[in-house]
Amino acid sequence: MSSYKQLIVAALSLGAISVSNPPAAFCAAVPDSVTLNEKGTLYKPFSFNHAKHIQQLKECAGCHHHTTGTLVLDPECARCHQNSSPTAVVSCKGCHSSKPFSPETLAEKHADKQRYHKDKMGLKGAMHQSCIGCHQKEGAGPVGCQECHPRTAAGEAFYSSSRLGAKPAHAKEH
Amino acid sequence: MKRRNFLKACLIGGTTIAMGKTNKGWASGSFEGYPESMGVLVDTTRCIGCRSCEAACNKEQNLPEPDTSFDDKSVFEEPRRPTAKAYTVVNQYEKQKPGGPVYRKVQCNHCNEPACLTSCFVNAYTKTKEGAVIYNSKVCVGCRNCMIACPFNVPGYDYESVTNPVIKKCILCYDTRLKVGKPPACVEICPQEALTFGHRADLIKVAHERIRSNPDRYVDHVYGEKEVGGTSWLYLSGTEFDKIGFDPSLSNDPIISNVKDFLGMVPMVLSIWPALFSGIHLLSKHDAGSEGHDTESKEEDR
Repeated sequence: MSSYKQLIVAALSLGAISVSNPPAAFCAAVPDSVTLNEKGTLYKPFSFNHAKHIQQLKECAGCHHHTTGTLVLDPECARCHQNSSPTAVVSCKGCHSSKPFSPETLAEKHADKQRYHKDKMGLKGAMHQSCIGCHQKEGAGPVGCQECHPRTAAGEAFYSSSRLGAKPAHAKEH
Repeated sequence: MKRRNFLKACLIGGTTIAMGKTNKGWASGSFEGYPESMGVLVDTTRCIGCRSCEAACNKEQNLPEPDTSFDDKSVFEEPRRPTAKAYTVVNQYEKQKPGGPVYRKVQCNHCNEPACLTSCFVNAYTKTKEGAVIYNSKVCVGCRNCMIACPFNVPGYDYESVTNPVIKKCILCYDTRLKVGKPPACVEICPQEALTFGHRADLIKVAHERIRSNPDRYVDHVYGEKEVGGTSWLYLSGTEFDKIGFDPSLSNDPIISNVKDFLGMVPMVLSIWPALFSGIHLLSKHDAGSEGHDTESKEEDR
């Protein structure tokens, strides 16, 4: 494992030297924490501990695909992106749209018959699947909604949380 | 002679019917769905059973407060079906199986050739070009034929009001969203993007592509692509579809095909039969009136 890590580090530094992209794309400060769900109305914004995840996962590509310059892990992606250079934007929202089903996006997808990435997930779907999927697989980390982001008052009303007492008439007693 | 004329007339009538049948003169053609129809692809392998779609539907459609909170997981103890108070419900399956329970959202599938529409004698239902099956509650008389006709047990009946009987079901958020190109409320809120909104034709390609690139994750079938003539809602599953509440016995023929040929005969019966039988009647009268007497007299002479 450690040798693989060294390999990745080596590949990263080699890439940083050989690629003529502005080094800022590479050397941009890796944030220790990222505030997520900033514009949430039903759930409050919360702080994502990026540093802790880097320490535990070590593989940037586990979340960032091929965009960071580390080797791509998904064999499906590797078919094309084995040697792809890192992209200028590595944040989730840089690629995954927060409005994946807007009329404009759908019309564009429908018109472009050649597009390969027709099934690119929206920002919300990508983040939840990435977080919950990994937490379930590893058997560690929160998987419930409010374990990550507590609800706002509007959220409590939206989910009719106050009606938790009564059991539905059809539910069997145990 | 009498019998011969009658048989001749019957033969002509029969031929007319047979020819009409081959020409499909009165049988309605099959409908492949509107080309620009929208749809929703449900990936049941992504659903985590959070019931956010139920809450969003409740708010969007101004439905009454639920009996219990949308956080209440005890509703999963028994499978539910949509009602007039909840146009969509999430059910839990495969509880004991490794890999966790499987969740499946149930709502109107918005058939290309809806059985509810066919069965409604007051034309309360409409299939819009966007793919939604909507209804006009003002003309609904509460006969509940659509509830019997629906192969997915979807329409719910509002038993609350005696004076205003009305059927209620998912309308794909037609009035508030679909009409202006926005995705339904359930799709928009889904945190896992288990629901994908788009052109139905595109979604079918996406669904098959997901199966192709992840053959171990999915059963090689897109439910709703062909079932009952195709539906606007399409489903992917990691387990056999009958294990998560889908009816595997539904054929690819739309429900209307069961009655189409029979119903196609109704205009023919109304238009041709009166003329046909009048003719037969006149012929037999004619025989009895003139020729008949002559024949009989001739026979008597012998």
